[in-house]
Amino acid sequence: MSLPDAEQLLAKLADDIRPLLGKNTALVGIHSGGAWLAERLQSLLGGNIPLGTLDISFYRDDFNRIGLHPQTKPSHIPFEVEGSHIILVDDVLYTGRTIRGAMNELFDYGRPDKITLAVLVDRGGREMPVEAQIIGTRLAIKPGENLELVRDAAGAFHLKLNEAA
Amino acid sequence: MNNPQLDKNGKLKHLLSIEGLPRAILTQILDTAESFTGVSEREVKKVPLLRGKTVCNIFFENSTRTRTTFELAAKRLSADVVSLNVGTSSQSKGETILDTVDNLIAMHADMFVVRHSQSGAAHFIARHVGPDIHVINAGDGRHSHPTQGLLDVFTIRRYKPDMHNLRVAIVGDVLHSRVARSEIHALTTLGVPEVRVIAPKTLLPVNVEKLGVQVYHDMAEGLKDVDVIMMLRLQNERMSGALLPSAQEYFKCYGLTQEKLALARPDAIVMHPGPMNRGVEIDSSVADGNQSVILPQVTYGIAVRMAVMTLLAGNSEAA
Repeated sequence: MSLPDAEQLLAKLADDIRPLLGKNTALVGIHSGGAWLAERLQSLLGGNIPLGTLDISFYRDDFNRIGLHPQTKPSHIPFEVEGSHIILVDDVLYTGRTIRGAMNELFDYGRPDKITLAVLVDRGGREMPVEAQIIGTRLAIKPGENLELVRDAAGAFHLKLNEAA
Repeated sequence: MNNPQLDKNGKLKHLLSIEGLPRAILTQILDTAESFTGVSEREVKKVPLLRGKTVCNIFFENSTRTRTTFELAAKRLSADVVSLNVGTSSQSKGETILDTVDNLIAMHADMFVVRHSQSGAAHFIARHVGPDIHVINAGDGRHSHPTQGLLDVFTIRRYKPDMHNLRVAIVGDVLHSRVARSEIHALTTLGVPEVRVIAPKTLLPVNVEKLGVQVYHDMAEGLKDVDVIMMLRLQNERMSGALLPSAQEYFKCYGLTQEKLALARPDAIVMHPGPMNRGVEIDSSVADGNQSVILPQVTYGIAVRMAVMTLLAGNSEAA
């Protein structure tokens, strides 16, 4: 199948987020694709929105089955979560489990007023009652396939579809 | 090679010593600890990784700091923690180590943190327990204290990230120190090119050079141009026989003072595993000075122990 242009989807996300910006708004990207997107969104939206990143390895619900993800990165939330409006950014929304973990982690920093979920692609296949408010596009991807965001040497984003191993 | 610390897939099952740990696992522990340092700075200093697990600290030998940091590490991972000072309980009534352990297993313990004055005690317990139970050595005799060695290299890496370009000096009672051995193994495994030990001949093990270190007996020579100074505690309670003339004499020759510190590189860091004997191995003005990272070592100790517990628990047979 032909995949949409990730850069165009990102521009659409920025346009949809812009009306939501208030004085307590902050962007939080989920490692690694969501963190890349949040960083780019910050500059597209004017550069002075607080920006954080989450690595949800410590909050995954499959730790007891598969152990710790081999590479964890520190989470970095350099703003007051209490009372903030967080735009949570991820590349692909699938089962909803990652988002559940991310929300649990955010609450360990404080109680946000509001969390809005923005994703580049909603691929369906939800296993949790989680929905995004801002969506670049919806694609029907088969369960065995893996859709991921890649960043090329020039920093441009592309979507990539891999057959399951 | 039969390495009791690793399971059949080469994953870490017990942490017994730094000897025999592949570099990849060492690096994974340090990288994971990096992620945990942030957790301790948050409003809620807990993550749910070990929820429902029971961690037993069995201390056959007292150590308040080590026990406290292990307890906090387990609690910050949401585990339930039991700490036993066995020296003051069953063992004094005649119970064997394995009976103590079996009783705790009957209470569904998932992980043991073991401190013992006999070398090999943690290995002994690790051989005894079933496949889903993990053992961490929190210090056994003169042999090993792997989490202390790990937190020391973690501290060094935080302050001096370029490990391939470092001179590290370990000063003091290497003979009685289980920390020194763990440190030397960790540093050489991670590629530190020059590790020195500085001590009087009576406080060095025979053939210490075989561990891959350079030996000095004089502080002025040994400290020259080093980036890291790791002081060791003078192990008074382990000292048998007359290895030293007196504590005063020792301080004169091997105590770290501002004058001796000035021989190292100007940005050198000073470390000590604690508890310190001020005025014996280290002068107060150095211990409290701006090159000292002794308290950050304690802070990082929690993150490193959280990382070790997480990696062990994540490598269970069922996982």
